[in-house]
This record gives sequence, structure tokens and C-alpha cells, in this order.
Amino acid sequence: MADAQKPKKQIVPKKNPMPAQDPAVRSRNFNEVALGYSPETAIAEAGRCLQCKNEPCRQGCPVEVDIPAFLKLASEGDFAGAIAKIKEKNALPAVCGRVCPQENQCEKYCTLGKKHEPVGIGRVERFCADWELAKGVKLPEVAPPTGFKVAVVGSGPAGITCAADLAKLGHKVTMFEALHVAGGVLMYGIPEFRLPKAVVQAEVENVKKLGVEIEVNSVVGKFATVDQLMEEGGFDAVFIGTGAGLPYFMNIPGENLCGVYSANEFLTRTNLMKAYQFPEWDTPIKVGRKVAVLGGGNVAMDAARTALRLGAEESWIVYRRSDKELPARHEEVEHAHEEGVKFAFLTSPTRIIGDDNGVVKAMECIRYELGEPDASGRRSPVPIPGSEYTMEVDTVVVAIGQGPNPLVPRTTKGLEVNRKGNIVANPETGATSKPGVYAGGDVVTGAATVILAMGAGKVGARSIHDYLMAKKSAK
Amino acid sequence: MYRILEKEVFSPIIKLMVIEAPKVARSCQAGQFVILRIHEEGERIPLTIADFDREKGTITIVFQEVGKTTEQLGAMNAGDSLRDFVGPLGVPSHIEKFGTVMVVGGGVGIAPVHPIARELKKAGNHVIGVIGSRTKELMFWEDKMREACSELHVTTDDGSYVRKGFVTDVMKEIIEDRGKENINLVLAIGPQPMMRACCNLTREYGLKTVVSLNALMVDGTGMCGCCRVSVGGVTKFVCVDGPEFDGHEVDWLELARRGAYFREEEQKARERAKEKHSCQCGCGGGK
Ligand SMILES: Cc1cc2nc3c(=O)[nH]c(=O)nc-3n(C[C@H](O)[C@H](O)[C@H](O)COP(=O)(O)OP(=O)(O)OC[C@H]3O[C@@H](n4cnc5c(N)ncnc54)[C@H](O)[C@@H]3O)c2cc1C
Ligand SMILES: Cc1cc2nc3c(=O)[nH]c(=O)nc-3n(C[C@H](O)[C@H](O)[C@H](O)COP(=O)(O)OP(=O)(O)OC[C@H]3O[C@@H](n4cnc5c(N)ncnc54)[C@H](O)[C@@H]3O)c2cc1C
Ligand code: SF4
Ligand code: SF4
Ligand code: FES
Repeated sequence: MADAQKPKKQIVPKKNPMPAQDPAVRSRNFNEVALGYSPETAIAEAGRCLQCKNEPCRQGCPVEVDIPAFLKLASEGDFAGAIAKIKEKNALPAVCGRVCPQENQCEKYCTLGKKHEPVGIGRVERFCADWELAKGVKLPEVAPPTGFKVAVVGSGPAGITCAADLAKLGHKVTMFEALHVAGGVLMYGIPEFRLPKAVVQAEVENVKKLGVEIEVNSVVGKFATVDQLMEEGGFDAVFIGTGAGLPYFMNIPGENLCGVYSANEFLTRTNLMKAYQFPEWDTPIKVGRKVAVLGGGNVAMDAARTALRLGAEESWIVYRRSDKELPARHEEVEHAHEEGVKFAFLTSPTRIIGDDNGVVKAMECIRYELGEPDASGRRSPVPIPGSEYTMEVDTVVVAIGQGPNPLVPRTTKGLEVNRKGNIVANPETGATSKPGVYAGGDVVTGAATVILAMGAGKVGARSIHDYLMAKKSAK
Repeated sequence: MYRILEKEVFSPIIKLMVIEAPKVARSCQAGQFVILRIHEEGERIPLTIADFDREKGTITIVFQEVGKTTEQLGAMNAGDSLRDFVGPLGVPSHIEKFGTVMVVGGGVGIAPVHPIARELKKAGNHVIGVIGSRTKELMFWEDKMREACSELHVTTDDGSYVRKGFVTDVMKEIIEDRGKENINLVLAIGPQPMMRACCNLTREYGLKTVVSLNALMVDGTGMCGCCRVSVGGVTKFVCVDGPEFDGHEVDWLELARRGAYFREEEQKARERAKEKHSCQCGCGGGK
């Protein structure tokens, strides 16, 4: 293997750094942290690629973007060619370039990364996508109308991708979204400073241009059930991409005190409802002086960094395991550190304590140590008896995970769900237990990633197309 | 956009609007609510469906002006449009033949109680309606309620109309008069203190009482948990598990505290809106 990829060119060991806002400044504003490459830097970074014949990076990308090919084009300054190449596989490159956990995906497998730093694949991808968005996107060709109607439920990355692919194949697609804007977690969860909402809306606009109709303010299971969409609404097939929006709580005493938010509430108030612009925008949020965020994933990092920007003096991540187990993207953890987020590892709250008005004033925590490795090989945390201590806090944000919203499964006859409430769908096809109904994204897998949700949307679109074509020839 | 087709002013602070929202009207049922947003920068606020017309595709809301959004809404007129209007949300009222049901509406709560009373009567119940307001000026829909109920009792706190007394005074008289065994269910909707007082009364008689809770909300679909409340020691989300619950099980103190958490900010927003708004364009107060 080593022979096959013997470098024919000069190795540049380090990634071109991403220009970023100064941590001291950015931790107080909501503007994007990572500013993006210049064309020159993008060309240079793409030029670091060794063009390995066996393309290891590609296997790390869940949608198999042709990474060497697009990097080659980008290194030649052909950004139009590069973005076209990316878009063959990835419908939302401006989003993925920003939020994919590249260190666990494409860049993890990069040959250069074995001895040096991997190629900044995500950064170049982002550059190409932004370059195209700024220039105005060339729309792909849309097949002639097939006469079939498909309903897509939920407008997160799974729904958007599925809708776009189906529209390109000539089907009439209506996407129903419960909230007042399309985009799912990309709009209400991931903060502006990491993924500008204008970028998401530009992608949504492109989907609309393909002829997809988006009906916001439409909660499926409430205004109509999936069965009604199919029987009365005239939809020939349905794709369910309703995500994992149901917040979990710890079930410890004091969790309903004022000042305890789910991460979803905290981030929705801030991102979707723009509480950081209160009172220009009407929705308020309160953080106080000291904030504790429970959890260690992307959601927790987003909440902790958001808290600083909302004016908290101290923002703490309280996590049951150690820093090595943090599930968040490396870059987010690093950014959080730089901005001054503090970490209490091997710590977990046992109860939240309120004042006379029922507002949080403190949190009792217990310390953990890492015990024997469990079945997964991870050392599981065990509480240290008698190590309880009290931490004064004004706000607690619970970011320990989300489950699927039960609204659609509960109201859809014959739709199988598993013990956790996730819709059961064939991973190869997205087919559910109900004929004509497909599902994908977080609602099937549990909270995962943008790119996996998109991949599931693609699979769903392909299967729905096959299903409809079979239906047509049976007619 | 969702057009305001009609507006009726019941009193300087209580107003009715008929909104064009065919998707909501198509499937809504008594006891459900909507969430609306006036303009792009606006807050999402929940309001109960007070009436609906499936054919015309309209929803009727009745609201009391208590803060920025409801005041701005109150300043809008027929012909204006709302930015967002989503529903029906929440679980519909449980309607069956219970026998005799006492249905109590306090203040602006008369509106949400109305369709439920109507459905209960349709289902064959004897519906004893009790409605009350602070003063005569704030009373509305007496006629509609008379029609929706089998019998109707009206009261005002200050005695300016029909009689003097709280709804709980009237309830007590009726329960004593008819005998608690002759009342199968109580349903009470209104301001929190009123619902709580109703529950305290009916608890003495062991009369099951359903209330409709008005927790703070953001999305209304079970996504944020802002609306959570303890019912019988278990955390429930008002928007998807409710809004109706067994009033004897509700942790009223928690509900009241959570509802007051943003009071300072609400006050600030309201004052700011008052300062800024001088135009008469019907923009609902602008930003
Ligand atoms: C704060 C946060 C940070 C994250 N950071 C990252 C990251 O850095 N990188 C990464 O790869 N992933 C990240 N993720 C995960 C990623 O966002 C999700 O895995 C992805 O968005 C899932 O996509 P989806 O389409 O399945 O669902 P979602 O994005 O959840 O979209 C589902 C949509 O369906 C709508 N809906 C739900 N029920 C109904 C209904 N009944 N009717 C109509 N509409 C309905 C919802 O309102 C929502 O808009 C993050 C998640 C969060 C919450
Ligand atoms: C399911 C549900 C149904 C409702 N139905 C009706 C209705 O039919 N008619 C009606 O007039 N009101 C109803 N409400 C209450 C209504 O939502 C609030 O009055 C409104 O959100 C206040 O917004 P604001 O910006 O005008 O006032 P704000 O400035 O936000 O608040 C002013 C005051 O109202 C209180 N308040 C704020 N939000 C709520 C709330 N969601 N519930 C109760 N009190 C609140 C605050 O604590 C404060 O004291 C309902 C609430 C819920 C949850
Ligand atoms: S989509 Fe994500 S994983 Fe695939 S190449 Fe782009 S950044 Fe890497
Ligand atoms: S990105 Fe890395 S692994 Fe992929 S072709 Fe280039 S050098 Fe090789
Ligand atoms: S309002 Fe968000 S969960 Fe009920």
C-alpha cells in the first residue's frame, strides 16, 4: 500500500490555518467564528493533496464525495468544476464543509494525516460552496414531470436532500415543516456563529428553485396524518425526516426550576427566535452570571459557547467522563477552550437547588472516576462516594441527548418503531413497515450527523423513485 | 400569511379575531390551540381555538392583552395578516357522555371553554355552565355560552352584572344544591389563580376537575421542553401531553413560577413597544 501512494510531490506537512475571529472578540458576538479561506489559500490547501490512487479519504465520507477529483480541480483554480464534482454526491456542501466531523470522517483516512496533518478537505469544500453561493448557483437539470406527488415530512438535512433529489427526477414534492422556517436543526440548533443562517436559507432557496413546495407551520400528525396525506392529499409516497427533536432530561430533583433549560430550548430561543437580539426581536432569554451545561457533545459545546455570547461570565461544561471521551467535534472543543469555556470532567449533577422564588441558585455534583473498560472498550465512569460538592450556578442547560419526536409514529397506522421510539427503516432502502412510506435521518438512527441524515435522504429519494416507477409500470 | 377576516372588540383589553387558516380549521377539535407570530421578529404565542368553521376555513381566537404581543395583536385589524399561524396543537378535549358536567370559564377563559361545552352537550351531557368576569365590561359570549350549555350561571367579581361573587362561589352553591354525587366532572379554564381556586374547592368534594394549563411555550411540538410542568409528580409537556390535565395533580406553584421567569424582559419589551409605536398603519406595532 505504501508503495502505491509514494508521494510524487513535495509534502506540505501542515494544514493552512483557517482565519478566525479573535477568541476574545468572538466570544461576545454571534458572527461566524471561522472566516473561510481566500481563493489563494484554497488553491494551496487543495494542492497539498497527494491524489492517492486508492482514495482512502473517500471511504471516510458517508456520501463518498469524489475528494481527490474535486481537490485537483480546486488546486487548479477551477472552483466551478470543483463544486460541480462535490455536488454530484453532496447537496449541501456549504453546510457540510462547516459542520461535518471531518476528523472522524474524510480527513481521518487521509494519507497525509498518517505522519502530518490531513488535507483540510472540509475547508476546501466550504470554500468552493461559498464561492458558488456568492456567484449564484447554477441549477441542475430537472427531469420532465412524472405526475407523481411525494410528501416530505420535516425539512432538516434528510428532508431537504430527499426533496431535492426527487424534484430532480421530475416528481412533484411538497415538504411539510412544523416550525416557521425550513432547515431543521441547521436553523434552530446549530448556532449562527458556526453555521450562518443565511447559508442555510440559500440552500433552502435552491431546493425551492427545483420546484419543491415548502409548507411551513405544518405539523404532520396534527393538521393531517401520514395516512390522510396519502388517502386524501393525493400523495403517492411519503418520506419521514422528522429528526430527533425530543429533549432528554436527567430526571434529577430540581430540573423544573426556572433557569433550567433543555439545550433545545436554549438554542431555539437564541437561534431560531434570535433572543440574542432581544429586544429588537421579541423572544427573551436569561443566562445570569454562571452557566452549567450538562453533556459533552456538539450540542453541549454549542450551548456553552452560546452562553458566553449571551453575556455569562462563566460557562462550564459538566461531563461525566474525561476529556478523551468528549463526543463533540475536535474543532468545537478547541474553539470552546479558546473562548474561555471551562470544563468539569468526571462530574455529574445529583440535584439542582433553587432559591425562594424557584430559580436555580446551585447544583450539587458528584465526582466520578474511570473504572474498568466495559464491553465497548470504554472505561465507564463510576461515582466516588462522598465526593459531593456544590457549584453555584444561575442557569443549567441540559444537553444529554435527544430522542425522536413521537408525534408522527403515534399517529401513523402500521409504522413500526423500536424500543427507543426510532422509526424502523431498512438501511439500504429507507423503507419502513408501511408501503409507500420511507424514513431517514435522526428519526431512524437517533441523533447523528448532518451528512448521515443527508445520505439517508438520498437513499430514500432513490427508493421512492424506484417504488413510483414500479407503480407506474404496474398501472 | 394568514389574514384577519374579522375583529370584534369585547372590551378595551379583550378582543376576538377570525383568522383565515384552512389547514388548521380542517382538523381542529375542541380543546386544541394554535401558535401564532405577528411579524418576523415576533414571539411565538399560544392561543386556544375558541371556535372554527371548517367550510369557511377559519379559526376564531379570543385574547386578552397582557403584554407586548397580545397588545400588538389587539392593534391589528381585519385585512391585516399574521406572519405565522400553526395548529391545531395539543390533545383535543376528551369528550364522552359523563352525565352531568360543570363547565367553568373565568375571564378570557370563557372563550376556550365554549367549544368544549358545546361538544359535551352534543355528546349527551347535561352541561352546567358557570362563567364569571371581574366586572361587567369584561363579560362576553353570554349568548353563545347559553346556547352551548344546558343551563348557564353568570357572575361578576364586583357585582356589576347579574350577581356578585367569584365563579367558585357559584360552583359551591351548585354543588351543595344538587349534591356532589350528581356532578360527574368539572372543567375549569381561566387565569391560573382561578383554576387553582376551582381545584381547591372541588378537591373538598372529591370532584374530578380538568383544567387547561397555559405554560410558557416556544415551539408547541414537544421539541423544547419550555412548557414542562409536574403533574402527579411526573414531568409533562403541556403542548403535547396537554393542555388539559387533572387539576388536582398539577403543581400550581411550579407552573406559576415558571410562567413568571421572564417577567422583567416582558416588561421591558412592552414598554419599548409602547414608546416606539405611534403610527396608525395597523402594522401591529412594528418592531
Ligand atoms: C445543537 C446541535 C449541534 C449539532 N452539531 C452538529 C455538527 O457540528 N455536525 C454534524 O454533522 N451534526 C451536528 N448535529 C446533528 C445534526 O444536526 C443532525 O444529525 C441532523 O440535523 C439530522 O437531520 P434530520 O434531517 O434527520 O433532522 P432535523 O435536522 O432534526 O430536522 C427535522 C425537521 O423535522 C421537523 N419536524 C419534526 N416533526 C415534524 C412533524 N410532525 N411535521 C413536520 N415537521 C416536523 C422539525 O421541526 C425539523 O425541522 C448537531 C445537532 C444539534 C442539535
Ligand atoms: C395552550 C395555551 C392557550 C392559551 N390560550 C389563550 C387564549 O385563548 N386567550 C388568551 O388571552 N391567552 C391565552 N393564553 C395565554 C397567552 O399565550 C399569553 O397571554 C401570551 O403568550 C402573552 O404574550 P404577550 O407577549 O402579550 O405577553 P408577555 O409580555 O409575554 O407576558 C405578559 C404576562 O403574561 C404572562 N404570560 C406570558 N406568556 C404566557 C402564557 N403562554 N400563558 C400564560 N401567561 C403567559 C406573563 O407571565 C406575564 O405576566 C394561552 C396560553 C397557552 C399556553
Ligand atoms: S461531505 Fe463531509 S465527510 Fe464528505 S468530504 Fe465533505 S466534509 Fe468530508
Ligand atoms: S485527500 Fe488525502 S487521502 Fe485523499 S487523495 Fe488527497 S492526500 Fe490522498
Ligand atoms: S413548547 Fe416546546 S416542548 Fe412544549
